[in-house]
Amino acid sequence: MNLVQTVEWAVIAPPVIAAFTAVAVLLADLFLPAARKALLGPLAAAGLALAALSLLPLRDGDRSTFCLPDDPALCAYSADRFAVILQLLVLGGAFLTVLLSIPEANGKRVPAGEFWFLLLSSAAGAALLPAARDLATLIIALEVTTLPAYALVGLRRGSGAGPEAALKFFLSSVTATAVALLGIGFVYAASGSLFFDGIAEGLDEADPRLSTLAEAGVALTLIAFAFKMAAVPFHFWVPETYLGAPLPVAGYLSVVGKTAGLAGLILVTTEAFPGHGDLWGPLVAVLAGLTMTAGNVAALRTDPRAPNSAIRLLAWSSIGQAGYLLVPIAAAAYTEEGAGATVAYALMYGAVNLGAFAVAAHVARQRPAHRVDDYRGLWARQPAAALAMGFFLLCLAGLPPGVIGLFAKVAVFETAVDAGLGVLAVVMAVNVAIALYYYLRWTAVLFQPAPHGAAEPDAPRRLPAAPLTAAIGLAAGVGIVLSGAPQLILTFASGTLL
Amino acid sequence: MIPLNDATMQLLLLALLVLPLLGSAAVLLPRSPTWLGLGITGAVLAAALLLAAGFDHDHPGTVQAESDVSWIPALGVRLHLGVDGISLPLLVLTALLTFLCALHTHVRPPGGPRPAAFTSLLLLLQAGTLATFAVLDLLLFFLAFEMVLIPMYFLIARWGGEGRGPAAWRFVLYTVLGSVVMLLGLLLIGVQGGTFDMVALAEAQGEGLGHTTQLLAVLAIGIGLAVKTPMWPLHSWLPDAHTAAPTAGSVLLAGVLLKMGTYGLVRIALPMAPEGMETFAPYLGAFAVTGIVYGSLACLALVRTGAGGDLKRLIAYSSVGHMGFVLLGIATLTHTGVNGALFANIAHGLITGLLFFLVGALKERTGSTDLDTLAGAGGAALYGRTPRFGGLFAFAAVASLGLPGLAGFWGELLAMLGAFHPADGLSRPAFLTYLAVAGFGTLLTAAYLLLVVRRVCMGDRPAAGWAPEGPEADVPAGAETDAAGAAAGGGGGGAAGGVLSGLLPDLRPVEYAAFGPLVALTLLAGLWPAVLLDLTDPVVQSLLPGAVR
Repeated sequence: MNLVQTVEWAVIAPPVIAAFTAVAVLLADLFLPAARKALLGPLAAAGLALAALSLLPLRDGDRSTFCLPDDPALCAYSADRFAVILQLLVLGGAFLTVLLSIPEANGKRVPAGEFWFLLLSSAAGAALLPAARDLATLIIALEVTTLPAYALVGLRRGSGAGPEAALKFFLSSVTATAVALLGIGFVYAASGSLFFDGIAEGLDEADPRLSTLAEAGVALTLIAFAFKMAAVPFHFWVPETYLGAPLPVAGYLSVVGKTAGLAGLILVTTEAFPGHGDLWGPLVAVLAGLTMTAGNVAALRTDPRAPNSAIRLLAWSSIGQAGYLLVPIAAAAYTEEGAGATVAYALMYGAVNLGAFAVAAHVARQRPAHRVDDYRGLWARQPAAALAMGFFLLCLAGLPPGVIGLFAKVAVFETAVDAGLGVLAVVMAVNVAIALYYYLRWTAVLFQPAPHGAAEPDAPRRLPAAPLTAAIGLAAGVGIVLSGAPQLILTFASGTLL
Repeated sequence: MIPLNDATMQLLLLALLVLPLLGSAAVLLPRSPTWLGLGITGAVLAAALLLAAGFDHDHPGTVQAESDVSWIPALGVRLHLGVDGISLPLLVLTALLTFLCALHTHVRPPGGPRPAAFTSLLLLLQAGTLATFAVLDLLLFFLAFEMVLIPMYFLIARWGGEGRGPAAWRFVLYTVLGSVVMLLGLLLIGVQGGTFDMVALAEAQGEGLGHTTQLLAVLAIGIGLAVKTPMWPLHSWLPDAHTAAPTAGSVLLAGVLLKMGTYGLVRIALPMAPEGMETFAPYLGAFAVTGIVYGSLACLALVRTGAGGDLKRLIAYSSVGHMGFVLLGIATLTHTGVNGALFANIAHGLITGLLFFLVGALKERTGSTDLDTLAGAGGAALYGRTPRFGGLFAFAAVASLGLPGLAGFWGELLAMLGAFHPADGLSRPAFLTYLAVAGFGTLLTAAYLLLVVRRVCMGDRPAAGWAPEGPEADVPAGAETDAAGAAAGGGGGGAAGGVLSGLLPDLRPVEYAAFGPLVALTLLAGLWPAVLLDLTDPVVQSLLPGAVR
């Protein structure tokens, strides 16, 4: 038996480059004098950009590596279209997060070297995850993604909420991992394989007496990924974690962390358990309905005058959005279409949500209370920032001029209607209307005249920091281009990706 | 009339959609001239008129100026544009009303922040409404339908009157809730029918869609469109929105936005899901006539002395009644009824647009739209104070009640005629009942509109005391400042003791320019209804191939 697997380095370049950059940044932090530490941020950004560029040769999506020597069809790492697109989303999201974090990391409250190392490590894990094609790699990737994230949440010095939020996040997340490992154990016992293709075959041919074990394994594995995605009822860690974490980290978790959970869920459902669609289809559909309803209702009840209401609202709304993201996965149980609409929606969501976080980070530099009411009169103070924020919020709401948000929602609706999930479609319709209320309320606040007597506190700092400007501009540019040519991402919604 | 080649027609139609979009960005640029918005709406109107002139009036049933480009292949969305006999009048109406609103805004900038932003939103609104009438793809229709929400919200919420915040919210929430439900219906039709192309789906006449699918689709689409129309009992956003909106907002809301609902019913629900329509038609008819009577009774209640009725709110409720006739015409599923509905659609746009303009002008002059403040116990006596203005107001009110010879008459007559003999398969006794109720509604409509005329236009001759103080020569000179002062002063201005005093400025040249076209078209459509019916009838024939009447 030949145990030596061939490794194609070009194929695994994206996560590897991210990981190497992480180590390089950590080492550089040791040797750079304190005055030059500001270079670390651009270095991290450059590494991520390089990792994203290394996706270019893989864009055809037909490469794989870590294949079994005696069965070349079974590979642990596959750079197919699904993996490449999600890697682009993850690395792009991490890149935007780095831009967002540069002003924060250059301040004194966060140890810069450790911060960049943890962020890049987590990004490397998230980039590995969508390419994983066996459960062991998947779980390792998931843990590499989330373990640094706990530390990122609690990293800020002198913050009481940070460590507590990190502990909560850590404990609940570890529980989920344990559950996942139990489920994977069951599945392995029933199917005799860890490769997705092998599991799909093995479960079909499994001893009928093991069917209960297999089903329990499938359900437990799903629950774990639902947890990572912050699906209801496993969502309670989100608002506090977002509140305790530095703002860019919250944005990172809401996009990259969510994408990682999502990719895992898509992989295990459609790749590993395609035969159990009758089990996970309704389960995911119920999760989707509950998630979007709970998230949107909680966002609706957020008082815009309360401290931290802007972050809280973004946190809850991201739970609502996670619900929409689950809908095509549920629909995939009933059709042959696959969950491409989820990928398309995630791409849209990733760009505009990070854009919204970027504007929030910018506003927080002048008004650190993170209240929605702090955005009152932003149009009068900084028209460009207000327009960008309005555009991001309307994209999230799915209203023109956020054309891409509208059509991404249409694509999600279409999968539900196509799969005959009428009730879920109606629930989602009601949720879209609820979400519109709080997004539009925030948009309206941007354009309201500022309250009297509230002069600009310090006029010289009116321009956003350059990296923030770049992040806002990048996200807005992506949103505008996609609004003009939605086909660019919706093309993933039509065909099967996997 | 003017032979234009296909490419020119396509360009004209494209210009109708692109010009306002570009314009809405251009007017926001620093140092852009204030007349820019007016110029753009003027250019759009010119393009619309040219399009109408180049339209082949011998074949209104075929889609003309058609362009069809793939946009989002993944969803099957195509940029499919075109005009035919039922969209052309609506396009011209939209272009005209927006131009008149821009004219009005240019001369009398609304009180509130940044007039340029107001113009920009007006243009955005125009782009959305024109697109709604010009697109031939279901998802594009939905996009256009949603596009009007944001501009209208801000027009009401930022430049509106009292209670604007809640009113704007109500407008948006009702419409959005309706339109996401409508999206489900559109997707159902598109997914089951295999295409989102409106022309292809209309030709298929529901073939390939199961009975249940059609029922669900009509129910979902119908709810979305009924909110917009608005159909009783989903109308309750309308009075608040109209009352709070600035004049231009009210005019466009009544004149154009409401039409998007009925246009959608005729264009989408009627041909694409005929079986579903047939099932729901009796219910639609029942809601329609309830709306007619409800609207009229609400108006009658508002017009009473001491009821504190607001003129804008009254006209808004009258819209509920008038749109009831439109819905009744559609519910009959006959050529007569649907033609009547389309006619009433245009007529309502012209007449109610005119009425809202007039009420806006009245508010500028007197500072109030409250009937009791204006008229007191005796009457506002506009005939005496400002004869031409008063006469025009009476003209608009009489046109609204459906006087033969004016535009309001034909649509309602045809709708009721359709109800007299509805399509085969519909219960004739039920529709005869609707006919009787609608007939009663016309009586009530006449009653409240005449009462309005009685209270606003007539009244005791103003006391002799003012005459020496206000010689003719003095009034026009001071008119501008008077009106501005009254408008700024709000309700407290010139309304001491519930009775106005003194002369009011009569029609100004710009008002002649703004109201004149609407008056002329009201007369034209009333005296020569064929000008519209010849356009719509061939299309209706092809939308309802099964109907014999």
